Amino acid sequence: MLLSLTIICLAAGAILAGVNMYTTGPIAASKAAALQNAIRQVVPEFDNNPTEEAYKAPTSEGDSLTIYPAMKDGKFVGAAVESNTKKGFGGEIKVIAGFDPQGKLINYSVLQHSETPGLGSKMQEWFRTDKNKQSIIGRSLSNGGLSVTKDGGDVDAITAATISSRAFLDAVNRAYSAYKGGADSTSGATTKIKEEEGGDK
Amino acid sequence: MEYILIFIAAVFVNNVVLAQFLGICPFLGVSKKVETAAGMGAAVTFVLTIATIVTFLVQKYVLDVFDLGFMQTISFILIIAALVQMVEIILKKVSPALYQALGVFLPLITTNCCILGVAILVIQKEYNLLESVVYAISTAIGFALALVIFAGIREQLAMTRVPEGMKGTPIALITAGLLAMAFMGFSGIG
Amino acid sequence: MSNMKILMNGIIKENPTFVLLLGMCPTLGTTSSALNGMSMGLATMFVLICSNFVISALKNLIPDMVRIPAYIVVIATFVTVVQMCMEAFVPALYASLGLFIPLIVVNCIVLGRAEAFAAKNRIVPSIFDGIGMGLGFTLALTLLGAIREMLGTGKFFGFAFMPEEYGSLIFVLAPGAFIALGYLIAIVDKLRKA
Repeated sequence: MLLSLTIICLAAGAILAGVNMYTTGPIAASKAAALQNAIRQVVPEFDNNPTEEAYKAPTSEGDSLTIYPAMKDGKFVGAAVESNTKKGFGGEIKVIAGFDPQGKLINYSVLQHSETPGLGSKMQEWFRTDKNKQSIIGRSLSNGGLSVTKDGGDVDAITAATISSRAFLDAVNRAYSAYKGGADSTSGATTKIKEEEGGDK
Repeated sequence: MEYILIFIAAVFVNNVVLAQFLGICPFLGVSKKVETAAGMGAAVTFVLTIATIVTFLVQKYVLDVFDLGFMQTISFILIIAALVQMVEIILKKVSPALYQALGVFLPLITTNCCILGVAILVIQKEYNLLESVVYAISTAIGFALALVIFAGIREQLAMTRVPEGMKGTPIALITAGLLAMAFMGFSGIG
Repeated sequence: MSNMKILMNGIIKENPTFVLLLGMCPTLGTTSSALNGMSMGLATMFVLICSNFVISALKNLIPDMVRIPAYIVVIATFVTVVQMCMEAFVPALYASLGLFIPLIVVNCIVLGRAEAFAAKNRIVPSIFDGIGMGLGFTLALTLLGAIREMLGTGKFFGFAFMPEEYGSLIFVLAPGAFIALGYLIAIVDKLRKA
């Protein structure tokens, strides 16, 4: 009795180990491709390999985020920051945000979220649609973080999804905080940020 | 503070039945009487809490250590099934009174997807052990709350005249829809 | 019973969603759009066919005492296979169905058919039963998904046929799932009796 159950379990384990071996590669590849695409989407054209030059930088909240610097002809043209927040309506939201050397937001992309379909899930498009005060593209975060109009900020929240909007902006703000904080630890080509950084101090 | 937030979010804002659609079968199946609904709620709370702790430890100290992530679904469901059996046997020996109250619901719990769902969710959300326990208990309370309220409404509903074609499941589902709408009102909290 | 009859039985007479009322969680949870509903249905159908086949083939080798755990292991194996393949080849879909993929394990339809049909019948009828039940489930989920998507966003399989402003969002949200399914079951019930 136990023998047959054990045999079934072992067979199941063997099958799964096989399928696992077969799919690990494609899973990793599709994840890497998704990340590459997201980076390409949010920073200007580059000729280095941002995923290989990625580094961790601390945020003002004490944890750290991954930054992917983009270079063109050896010059720093911007960086994509992979950020997250746990303040979402349905849990964690992961976004990637691109900043130029002046600290302006170039573009963003939502990597993962579990917000309500049809409401919070609109954030992928909402904050780059040029309508009223919706768009956050091109805004500079150097004079403080972004916040929704309800909280005294100047970004229109998604209709009926203020919590998701707040969470999204929180993720973007965290990204900027890491971008700025991490600028010190980069070398050479990032002189431009260093100047900014020096000017602030 | 963080724990209170997890609690409120799991009980009201993201109610396991009415917003996440887990555990619908018992929600529709054992909600004709408030008493049985309360019994089911208590049994789920009991099993869910224990199951979450055990599966969490297995994930952290067995699956992660030996890199066996692909065995997650199999091992979790087997653990839950075995656990339900064990709880049943122990309860029978230790507390016949409690067994009397919860016994009939226990076998049904293995296939209640909110148990496996929560076990997987706490791993996905990267909670630590204490957060997982708080989340499990809150989810179970949310489940019990929704179930008891729903049973209360259905008891009333049994005494009203329902159009012929809507009797039974259809009217129950529509009632659940209205209840879900009421719970959406909590979404401003937190 | 001929294989064709077994097939139709699952789609119409014993439709798992509308008649047997099994597997309600994925039915409500994954039907926010027609495509999601259909994918969930197809994933479940794959598991159902494979588990019915294996259980029917092994039914004489599994002692009666441990049959339920054995069935669960077989089902969980196929679910994990589906899960890994989806993550590898259709990551976007995998992300939108999320938790409901591993939860196919506890979908009452799969275990229910294993116990009620595959454990008692030969291999070929069991496969047909899996296909029939799977198709019935897929059809139900696609229908519910299409209705919710059309009423909620004014789209059909992602193609907009009316401006989004006219959609009533409630049908994409949780309450709409319950209400739409309630009416759908009432209508199907009426049609079956007529």
